[in-house]
Amino acid sequence: MFRFLTRRVLGAIVILFLITAVTYFLFFVLPSDPAQLACGKNCSNKDLVSAIHHRMGLDQPVYQQYFDYIRGIFFGRNMPDGQNCAAPCFGFSFANDQPIWPLISDRYPTTFSLAVGGSAAFLVIGVGLGMLSAWQQGKTFDRVASSISLLGNSVQIYFIGPLAIALFADNLGWLDHGHDPTWTSDPIGSLNGLVLPCLVMSVIFWSNYSRQTRSLMVEQMAEDHIRTARAKGMGSKYVFYRYALRGAAASIITIFGIDLGSVFGGAIITEATFGLHGLGNLAVNAVFSLDLPLEMAVMIFSASAIVIFNIVVDAAYALIDPRIRLA
Amino acid sequence: MTTLTKPEAQPTPQGSEHFLSVRDLYVQFATEDGTVKAVDGLSFDLDRGKTLGIVGESGSGKSVTNLAILGLHNPRNTTIAGEIMLDGQELTGASERTLEKLRGKKMAMVFQDSLTALSPYYTVGRQIAEPYMKHTGASKKEAKARAVEMLGRVGIPHPQSRVDDYPHQFSGGMRQRAMIAMALVCDPELVIADEPTTALDVTVQAQILDLLKDLQQETGTSIILITHDLGVIANTADDVVVMYAGRAVERGTVRDILKTPEHPYAWGLLGSIPRLSADVNVPLAPIPGSPPSLLNPPPGCPFHPRCAFAETVGGDRCRTERPQLPDGRGSACHLTVDQKRDIFIEQIQPRLR
Ligand SMILES: Nc1ncnc2c1ncn2[C@@H]1O[C@H](COP(=O)(O)OP(=O)(O)OP(=O)(O)O)[C@@H](O)[C@H]1O
Ligand code: SF4
Ligand SMILES: [Mg+2]
Repeated sequence: MFRFLTRRVLGAIVILFLITAVTYFLFFVLPSDPAQLACGKNCSNKDLVSAIHHRMGLDQPVYQQYFDYIRGIFFGRNMPDGQNCAAPCFGFSFANDQPIWPLISDRYPTTFSLAVGGSAAFLVIGVGLGMLSAWQQGKTFDRVASSISLLGNSVQIYFIGPLAIALFADNLGWLDHGHDPTWTSDPIGSLNGLVLPCLVMSVIFWSNYSRQTRSLMVEQMAEDHIRTARAKGMGSKYVFYRYALRGAAASIITIFGIDLGSVFGGAIITEATFGLHGLGNLAVNAVFSLDLPLEMAVMIFSASAIVIFNIVVDAAYALIDPRIRLA
Repeated sequence: MTTLTKPEAQPTPQGSEHFLSVRDLYVQFATEDGTVKAVDGLSFDLDRGKTLGIVGESGSGKSVTNLAILGLHNPRNTTIAGEIMLDGQELTGASERTLEKLRGKKMAMVFQDSLTALSPYYTVGRQIAEPYMKHTGASKKEAKARAVEMLGRVGIPHPQSRVDDYPHQFSGGMRQRAMIAMALVCDPELVIADEPTTALDVTVQAQILDLLKDLQQETGTSIILITHDLGVIANTADDVVVMYAGRAVERGTVRDILKTPEHPYAWGLLGSIPRLSADVNVPLAPIPGSPPSLLNPPPGCPFHPRCAFAETVGGDRCRTERPQLPDGRGSACHLTVDQKRDIFIEQIQPRLR
């Protein structure tokens, strides 16, 4: 387990290095001059631009800039103009000269809550449907469930989102409209505000997870070790949950790991649909206001989050499969 | 006390009742291509404390027969007919609940490939302890102690610590021992070993077979030993059933089958026993041809497309008339008793040495 995780963490560090480097240099080679952007539209004074260049460190060689940037994230730094930027420092926004980290830390709880809550919802619903279908293989439920989940496959969040709000929040009044969570001050209210967005977000994942779970369970039930367990006199329900599900779980987790990117994407679309203020909204604003440091920070932050969640998923996989845990 | 003993085995009542009696067993699978007649009118008996060897090529229906005894076929696509009497209890058509109580307790199975037949997700100890808890109501602790004891019994060194290992941490031979421990944990009266040694190398094979024999001596359990290798049953079985295309084609004591086999198919099997003493450069002589389709079995004797002696029988009897297997010692072949004896002595035996 330890060796497995060490290997994964080392791999993740390499990936994070690549992500930050590529992102940084991508932005660096963009045709627009950041100093010009930071200075504003009517900034034609050469001296002013070069002063800004110096202030932003743009007169340094690019690797030095990158190094300073990374150092800032971990330890904070003093900008060339003497302005202090506390760790984690992603620089200052072009748009309003504010440090960037507080902008992100203000927003990510919404996105993370959606990603986690949405995942929980589609794992419970999708995997649950798949298991029931496998158990009822070939019977009516199996067919109905596969049609329902197919339906889920063909809808879009921004289409069912408003419908769900109109139905469950406005008309029936069963669920909250959905609002940004404030976990520390109002945990219950935060939870309530997430139920509808998370459910809506989960719909697009149902079909994949129920189909995969069904076929994994059916596959598992045909395994030799299942037959052995039954030959020992273990009941079919017991074998289904203890043996088949255990085997399927490992594969489901792998699929989930691959899907992490789409999960974040789903969370961002859900944010927009429900008018929540998360990272997606922040990134869109950054793009429109040509706020390069903010865009870069959001990109690096989200990519890192996915890489880190991937390690968590890997660890969960290793916990389930002793052949990996003990390797 | 938790020793490997078993309640006094009742002696089989004179003549009539056998411990296990399979009569006219048919097992058919509904598939997309049609009905697979995997077992086609099979009968055999097994007495307490005895070992029955079932031999036959791959696909002859050995596993299907024994899975039917345990009731492990999927009822959705399987039709089973005939009679399976275990200790006076009818098993065909018995409810799943009844069978669940018997499996692992009264009858147990040792499977061939211990790597796939054990779950990779649970410790060996847990997998052994599980049926013990289920069938005896033992606590977790007692069951684990029993698992340790069983592992020691089947010759696993340091059972106290190995009990917490996962199957992939065991060698192939050790896994097979663990599987035997698992099958024997509730002192079953019938153990079905389905090619328990096929995946193992020759020395380990011999050890596993010895282990089974020793355990049988101690507990008086009956064993069905399935194999496609007559060599395996030579030192292990009392009686032998030779299966071909889902039917028994010859039946006798192990001595009968090895010394005076009657069926041309059995002669073929005998010819393919690997001998440790044999020159490695002399290839085994497998039976020419391949097993018949179970979807459309050939009419008459199912072996006739591969049989060198159909001409000796004469006419097209072999192609049209299904030879019957007599009760007791005998073979399902149209050759006369004298022909069988003469051909074996004159043509087959000289080639076996
Ligand atoms: N569930 C099933 N559905 C359809 N056909 C099956 C099924 N199980 C077994 N068969 C067929 O029944 C025949 C007998 O199979 P069985 O497993 O009993 O052979 P075997 O004698 O045990 O062979 P081996 O030595 O290879 O284990 C084979 O032709 C197999 O393809
Ligand atoms: S009945 Fe005919 S074909 Fe069948 S084994 Fe005997 S001789 Fe060969
Ligand atoms: Mg088999």
